[in-house]
Amino acid sequence: MRALPSSVPWFLGILGLVVLAVTVMSEAVGTGLISTSFLKVLGMTLCFCLAALAMDVVWGYCGILSLGHMAFFGLGGYAIGMWLMYARTEIIVAANLAGRAIPPTEAELRDAIGSQIFGVVGASDFPWVWGFAHSLPLQLAMVVVVPGLIALVFGWLAFRSRVTGVYLSILTQAMTLALSLWFFQNDSGLRGNNGLSGLQNIPGFLDAPQAAVALAFFLASALALALGYVFFAWVVSGKMGSVIRAIRDDEARVRFLGYPVEGFKLFVFTLTAIVAGIAGALYYPQAGIINPGEMAPIASIYLAVWVAIGGRGRLYGAVIGAAFVSLVSTWFTGGGAPDIDLGFYRVDWVDWWLVLLGVSFVLVTIFAPKGLGGLVDLWTERRGRDRHGADLGPDQGALREREAGE
Amino acid sequence: MSGSTRLLEVSGVSVTFDGFRAINNLSFAIGPAEMRAVIGPNGAGKTTFMDIVTGKTRPDTGRVIWGDENISLIGMSEARIARAGIGRKFQRPTVFEEQSVRDNLTMALKADRGPFKVLFWKPSAEERAKVEDIADTIGLAGQLDRTSGELSHGQKQWLEIGMLLAQDPQLLLVDEPAAGMTPAEREHTTDLLKSLAKHHAVVVVEHDMEFVRRLDCKVTVLHEGSVLAEGSIDHVTKNQEVIDVYLGR
Ligand SMILES: Nc1ncnc2c1ncn2[C@@H]1O[C@H](COP(=O)(O)OP(=O)(O)OP(=O)(O)O)[C@@H](O)[C@H]1O
Ligand SMILES: [Mg+2]
Repeated sequence: MRALPSSVPWFLGILGLVVLAVTVMSEAVGTGLISTSFLKVLGMTLCFCLAALAMDVVWGYCGILSLGHMAFFGLGGYAIGMWLMYARTEIIVAANLAGRAIPPTEAELRDAIGSQIFGVVGASDFPWVWGFAHSLPLQLAMVVVVPGLIALVFGWLAFRSRVTGVYLSILTQAMTLALSLWFFQNDSGLRGNNGLSGLQNIPGFLDAPQAAVALAFFLASALALALGYVFFAWVVSGKMGSVIRAIRDDEARVRFLGYPVEGFKLFVFTLTAIVAGIAGALYYPQAGIINPGEMAPIASIYLAVWVAIGGRGRLYGAVIGAAFVSLVSTWFTGGGAPDIDLGFYRVDWVDWWLVLLGVSFVLVTIFAPKGLGGLVDLWTERRGRDRHGADLGPDQGALREREAGE
Repeated sequence: MSGSTRLLEVSGVSVTFDGFRAINNLSFAIGPAEMRAVIGPNGAGKTTFMDIVTGKTRPDTGRVIWGDENISLIGMSEARIARAGIGRKFQRPTVFEEQSVRDNLTMALKADRGPFKVLFWKPSAEERAKVEDIADTIGLAGQLDRTSGELSHGQKQWLEIGMLLAQDPQLLLVDEPAAGMTPAEREHTTDLLKSLAKHHAVVVVEHDMEFVRRLDCKVTVLHEGSVLAEGSIDHVTKNQEVIDVYLGR
């Protein structure tokens, strides 16, 4: 196994401490200082962090500014949501029909589930997309297969014709828009704009208190983030990391070294789409509801903004950006920030938060291209100085140290 | 001539850019262990010739035939041509500036190029030693962990030559390797190219006639996209047309 970057133990250590602290303060096993609803927010934030990691690998490392990765996130959410909804409805319907003299047939049961789920859109038949919804293993496979396959086909078409840069970004937005519009239609069989709901009720654990379910999902999300971090750190160390960064900086040159650039882009695009799908599958049971609005083009743009603010091209930067911006966003839009009365105008943060975010994005892009992650550099540089400063001469030291650090 | 004595054969190739004929019915051939210098005035089409061979530019007409199996390179992707055994050093040194000298060399090192193979690739002891050796050859032995963007212009030129060595192609196309080098560095570069030509085909584009003379090989003079003269350095430098269009200026 090749050496992983030194950020890995730091990251795992800090994540471990956060998880420990949150668990100790949770309602389920701890003091209850953290409410269950806030615990869910934290768990969902970890899922955003995982999606941001994927975004950083595809954009920060490989240079593909995908503005469609939140669509893959949503696809993962729908995939798990379909099973959750089916299985829970099945339990309810079975309980209702159990009282009858003649036990319901298989077909009757299925019809009853169908009219329960699709009543809101005036239908009762199961559309083809629900073909696997009765099976947890199959639907879990769909969490990976559906985003992976869509990314593979889309990427193959786009990269093969050598669409790059801003055109590729626009194309990914178009894909995202098409997907969300398709999900919005009632005919698509995914309950249109109602989306899927009640996802916080986990079949098999329907009697478990939400505090326990929330803690379980929080821990699972933390585990997924930890595994995702180690996995991506492994991918971007070594030669793969070298090649994809080279593709980002000068893809034509990489071709003359004999590397099939399109194949590498497709690999990275698909792999990160799958991870985004997994993140979504962990997110939506905590959110409880998913609708096509979640897959709207703007969501994927936010993802890019998080990564930019956190600092792209370094994995912890993406995590810091996603965690910081999404938590601050929750605080502002959730009414946490007091409105400011200017006398002639009242600044309502629910509306003005997006403006603030936009301005911060522009400022970070211009003045701090390394993002929040760049702050870590200040600290590691200082540490480096403390360790080596004595050995190097007072004048030359600064220069040599810079060389040593680079 | 039989196929086995020719590694690359370009015949009757023409390229037009927006009505401007950059390459005009060009023919060129090189054997498997041969050194060839290509000279000619600015805009003669030397770089464009390399673009055609490496798949960057597609010719309007003509044939480009490669290797023992007489494969046509026209229409093949740049990456496939590179994998077939053609390496290239660019006129402007192009190394991956954000990455270390070691990473640049390792990336170029001859190995499987597919994404999955690359993902699980680990350097063997020989491969590590090979990178060290190459660094030694190109005078960057102590600098393997330096970011290549910090290197001087001449060092970048060498790093790119080192990447060619690591790639170990059958044919090396080397565009102006000595630009930005000190006289001592130039001499070292000539020696390096000459030793390479013992086992590889090497095409060197260079403006510096001293440099070309030291290469001591057959010279092809390009002018307005086609071959003006070909032969020993003394032969072409006595050619009146060559003197008129290139040397005399
Ligand atoms: N992609 C292109 N589009 C348009 N014109 C081009 C293109 N590439 C090359 N040319 C033109 O073709 C001619 C040959 O250029 P080329 O770069 O091959 O010359 P060269 O012999 O390498 O010159 P130099 O010694 O200056 O490097 C030039 O007039 C150049 O402007
Ligand atoms: Mg040129």
